[in-house]
Amino acid sequence: MKINRRQFIIASAVVGGGVLIGYSASQPSRHRRANDEIAQGAERFVTSFIKIEPNNVITIYVPHSEMGQGIHTSLAMMAADELDANWEYVKIEQAPAIDLFANGHLIKGFAGEFGVPDALMPLVNATAFPIAEMINLQITGGSSSIRYTGESAMRVAGAAAREMLMEASADRWKVSRVELTTVLGYVHHNATGRSVSFGEIAKEAALLEPPENPSVKNRSQFNIMGKALSRSDIPSKVNGTAMFGIDAHSKDMLFAAIKLAPVFGTTLVSADISKALAQPGVERVIELEESIAVVADNYWRAKNALALVDATFSTSENDSVSSDSIESRFNSALAQSDGSKDKEIGNTESAISTATDIIEASYRVPYLAHAAMEPMNCTVHVKGKTVEVWTSTQDALGTVGRIANIAGVPENSVIFHHTYCGGGFGRRAPLINTNMIDHATLIAKEFDVPVKTIFSREDDMQQDHYRPSVHNNFKASFDSNGNVTAWKSRFTGPILVPGASHIPYAIKNQSIRVVEADTHVPLGPWRSVDHTQQTFFTESFIDEIAHRTGINPYQFRLDLLERHPRHRKVLEVAAQAAGYGRDLTNGRALGIAVQESFGSFVAEVAEVSLDENRRPVIHKVTCAIDCGWAVNPDTIEAQVESGIIYGLTAAMYGEITIENGQVVQGNFPEYEMIRMSTSPEIEVHIIESGEALGGLGEPATPPIAAAVTNAIYILTGQRVRNLPIKNHDFSENSPLARV
Amino acid sequence: MANFSVNGQEKALDIEPEMPLLWVLRDELGLTGTKFGCGIASCGACTVHVNGRATRSCVTPISAVEGQEVTTIEGLARALSAATAEAPSISNVQQAWIDHQIPQCGYCQSGMIMAVSSFLATNPNPTDAEIDASITNICRCGSYPRVRKAIRALVNA
Repeated sequence: MKINRRQFIIASAVVGGGVLIGYSASQPSRHRRANDEIAQGAERFVTSFIKIEPNNVITIYVPHSEMGQGIHTSLAMMAADELDANWEYVKIEQAPAIDLFANGHLIKGFAGEFGVPDALMPLVNATAFPIAEMINLQITGGSSSIRYTGESAMRVAGAAAREMLMEASADRWKVSRVELTTVLGYVHHNATGRSVSFGEIAKEAALLEPPENPSVKNRSQFNIMGKALSRSDIPSKVNGTAMFGIDAHSKDMLFAAIKLAPVFGTTLVSADISKALAQPGVERVIELEESIAVVADNYWRAKNALALVDATFSTSENDSVSSDSIESRFNSALAQSDGSKDKEIGNTESAISTATDIIEASYRVPYLAHAAMEPMNCTVHVKGKTVEVWTSTQDALGTVGRIANIAGVPENSVIFHHTYCGGGFGRRAPLINTNMIDHATLIAKEFDVPVKTIFSREDDMQQDHYRPSVHNNFKASFDSNGNVTAWKSRFTGPILVPGASHIPYAIKNQSIRVVEADTHVPLGPWRSVDHTQQTFFTESFIDEIAHRTGINPYQFRLDLLERHPRHRKVLEVAAQAAGYGRDLTNGRALGIAVQESFGSFVAEVAEVSLDENRRPVIHKVTCAIDCGWAVNPDTIEAQVESGIIYGLTAAMYGEITIENGQVVQGNFPEYEMIRMSTSPEIEVHIIESGEALGGLGEPATPPIAAAVTNAIYILTGQRVRNLPIKNHDFSENSPLARV
Repeated sequence: MANFSVNGQEKALDIEPEMPLLWVLRDELGLTGTKFGCGIASCGACTVHVNGRATRSCVTPISAVEGQEVTTIEGLARALSAATAEAPSISNVQQAWIDHQIPQCGYCQSGMIMAVSSFLATNPNPTDAEIDASITNICRCGSYPRVRKAIRALVNA
């Protein structure tokens, strides 16, 4: 076993010959643990990312959760390309949930991007998680896997492995390493015609010192990256064999249905459980502090019996909270406070006081649930001093730590099955999934068989951590020439992602401030976090400003983006592809919006008409994305399609409301989704700027709402300033209808 | 006693007649390819075939399939090729799902594939409006554009 301590590159022989090479982002102290792990031998030390076996099979361990973003394949592609592996012999495996896979690079990447560790807060919880503990998280989120883990860890590990295989070959053949080449899993010495497979030379490579500073390829040298390769997880997802958390199954398993305190923060006071206990298949009723659960030999039986439990929860000052009272609270907070600085340029008040013209507009968006297709679930088997767990999570390591703590065992006594996630979107992020994993563990502690706890769809929707409802009051001023001189924004917090409320436009005076207005509704990251609300606001209000100037909204944006070439480029490509400016005589209109988020730049053009009932129909969305360059172009297209439809669902229908302190909506279709009949055609243009890699899971979501409502404005003259669109009346009879 | 067949195997289970087929498949038989999504027949994740016809199993009591043939995603390829000696491992619809790289998280796709398979069997050349009216499954990852392309490709094949 060898470690290059400066680069944290680790190499070791594996049982049966071969080599394991990895790059770890963890701290030096963690490497002492790595040493110990490795010294124990065998496969315990999968701290590393790549294993090369004598039969030439290469296994790449991916530390992130696969929730549909294709990350297992894309990260493996990055390592395999640097290695010059033969992709056909590459195996991809989920890395185990041990702390050596903690996301050091996720942390560093975010800190670098935003300059402050606060940027991590959307992934955890602004109030409850000390930054020092984050290094222990094995998070998938923040559209971060490719650009941080991929760029830093996977590629370096691949490059290091390749250099070691070449060096071992050079030693064996007594030639200089510079005379060697690598192609498709072989090292060649062209001068003498000798070749050796990676597998054959791996054992000798394992004896070498890891390289000090392995050099990664430039893009012209890529053989695997940049190709639209098929995802490794898809075959199992078409024949029913893909394992999600909810699919854990054994003959002796018990099932728990759970009722959580309906008003957030309240507790169980009393319960009449006699009827439930008398139901067929019911084993026990478990009363916990904030919930009550029925455990039976089948989920349906547990759920039916739970309906017969008469539970009383504590009263709370929040029992009377409603969406209306929250709206009043937001309005009065904005009226009473000028908030704290988010961004200030120039002198906005002065510009407004001398303005010839002013526009004011109040925008708001509602709370949203994530509604991942796989309802939250967790299976826990407490057996003496060990605990076995099956769950789908965006934070495997954090989940292990939490379960170990509740079960009262050390973390390394938790056997964790890291399954596919049936959707993530932030719902399965650290401290967002805790109401599931905590309760599931507490319930399972009462049994010596596996217990699978499942949230019903209603539980899932009513016990989420919600995309924040936000109000944003805008004001813009114009001078006597009609030029916009000031941009003023006052919005309700919290800020989960710094910068989301900022604009790229060259407006001389800008004042953007956040006003705190907490409620009892738990909040969490929702696909693209603050960008989902703020991009609707800013890209709508800039559109209002454009229309006031009389310049078309596309040209208006370009004019104010001279210093932002990547914004300009995506706008130009999307507009041209969509035929922006063409004569639309068929009752359709094009709306446009642009946003940078998570390191990627995205412009979207929505083609919209009104049906015979004057309800909006979204025909097509044309999108241009500059994510630096493409690792797997087909995965990028898929993520863009997905991000647009996720955002469009929210724009058209998404609304969680509160009555009596509780969430009203419980299931589809009252929390309606885009379906086949309402899904637009989507055209994606990938721009390879060659800049640093940007994220993909989230950046396509932010622009879509404003792209659609900007088109609706052209069609109807009605400016949609609050979502969802379904609540608006575009009929000729609407008081807002264009006269 | 409930008597029915699943993927060609006869089953006789001593269970409540009102237990939904979904939970019989998942919890009693361990056939976890069929998914729980909503419990109210809104999302279609639980879609199976009963005598070849797409059926939302979360609201179908087991008594309703007495003596019927149930096919789940695990048995789809076999069911569609029952006449041949050796069943292929996947059906043409499943292959189209791979060719078009449709699944993302994949959780809804068992139901989506079952719905589309049954739909195409009775509508070999559907219009877009017919697709929209019949394929009402929810996919939170937004695979709809690819599903439409795959259906078109299957129709034109």
